[in-house]
Amino acid sequence: MRGVCQAFGATNVLDRIDLEIEKGEFLALVGPSGCGKSTLLRLIAGLDSPSAGALSVADASLAFVFQDAHLLPWRTVLNNVALPLELAGVAPAEAKQRASTALADVELSHAHQRFPDELSGGMRMRVSIARALVIEPKLLLLDEPFAALDELTRQRLDERLRALWQQRAMTVVFVTHSLAEAAFLANRTIVMSQHPARIVLDHRLSLPLARTSALRTTADFSREMAILYQALEAHDSSDEART
Amino acid sequence: MTLPTKRALSSVWPPLVTFLVVITIWETAVRLLQVPAFLVPPPSDIFSALLKERVLLMSSLLTTAEGALLGFTLSVSFGTLIGIGFSSSRWLERALYPYALFLQTVPIVAIAPLLVLWFGAGLRAVSVSAFIVSVFPVIANTLAGMRGVDPKLNDLFRLYRASKAATLFKLRMPSALASMATGWRVASGLSVIGAIVGEFVAGFSEGQAGLGIMVLAAYRQLRTDLLFGAVLLASLLGLLLFALVSVASGLLLRRFRVSGSGW
Repeated sequence: MRGVCQAFGATNVLDRIDLEIEKGEFLALVGPSGCGKSTLLRLIAGLDSPSAGALSVADASLAFVFQDAHLLPWRTVLNNVALPLELAGVAPAEAKQRASTALADVELSHAHQRFPDELSGGMRMRVSIARALVIEPKLLLLDEPFAALDELTRQRLDERLRALWQQRAMTVVFVTHSLAEAAFLANRTIVMSQHPARIVLDHRLSLPLARTSALRTTADFSREMAILYQALEAHDSSDEART
Repeated sequence: MTLPTKRALSSVWPPLVTFLVVITIWETAVRLLQVPAFLVPPPSDIFSALLKERVLLMSSLLTTAEGALLGFTLSVSFGTLIGIGFSSSRWLERALYPYALFLQTVPIVAIAPLLVLWFGAGLRAVSVSAFIVSVFPVIANTLAGMRGVDPKLNDLFRLYRASKAATLFKLRMPSALASMATGWRVASGLSVIGAIVGEFVAGFSEGQAGLGIMVLAAYRQLRTDLLFGAVLLASLLGLLLFALVSVASGLLLRRFRVSGSGW
């Protein structure tokens, strides 16, 4: 994307953002709440169009995971996951088969016939991820997907997601406000500032490809965290920073 | 005693006690003060009138129920279609919504003679009257429900390039169900009111007389006990229809796992 701006009324939410996302990379977008990370993600998804600038997405098949699971309450877990295929006109039997595989990927094979209101928040989020994976997207966009979950569940899902990315040839863009999550998941992290939103750091993390929870306590991990933290703090224009 | 039974009883007892207390005070007051029966009949007179005229009243009740049910069915079918139509097109909504609102505000008694001219006296005019009175809440609640779809789910359907039909049947209509059910419940009570009012003007036909006609006839003969009986039955009819619609929509909402707004 080149010089992408997004304004709502008089407020410039995004200001001349240039960003090239490479095929197959795991990119994390970090920044303070309300800095326009989610706006950027919606632009990439084509859910909104930019007020200025140009943006092109090469891969056609993309999937989006929202902050909350947003499942259809009247559908079973299996039918929720099969929905995108159903909408694309895939035959029901094949759709169920592929939905079942996607559910196995998020370790929910036991919950096919349950309904969303019978699941915990973490399980619902896994269903939401399975629904995104079922179309075998080339580009997976996630908007703070685990923000509402408790720390342990979140770390487990981070590990699962990282493993899934390694298994599949897909590009992932992950929006989060957690530096630790960004450092753990991504190969490349973009740090954004607020008012107006600009990219203040584009950093490739030098961490191993295969990541387990043990990584979080290593010195390498702390060093990467510190780099991200410094970039974030140097451009902090929030009220708390000024006072 | 199981807990649900206990809870059901606890919701039945208080109104029952109120009923008995009011009836007792009414009966004693009327007898003590020697109020003429054509002004306020004692409850015992009303009950005996209900018993004595039960055949006539039953047939009136069924006649009114038929008109109300027909009107309610028309309201639910057309109201839902109109609501969905409005929600699918801003232009359509802008062009027609004021006229839908007109149905809500028109004094039904005033246009009832027109209904007789257009549709013929009896069941047809009565059910159209019930329809006019009860259709607006169905339209408004359907529209509100269709508009209240989770925006993120709308995004999701857009992202997966869902057809208009798929979005309607797989997302918007099931999402709107709870709100629609509210409209149906309101319409059920209103349809009985619409039928009775319709009967006042348009009820005479083929020897069938609904409760509205019974009310008028009892009034002309100063049979106030019978008048009370007919009014009581009309209210019970409204309650019964409301309860049936509530139970049916409650089951539907549970099947779709969307929470309704209760009774």
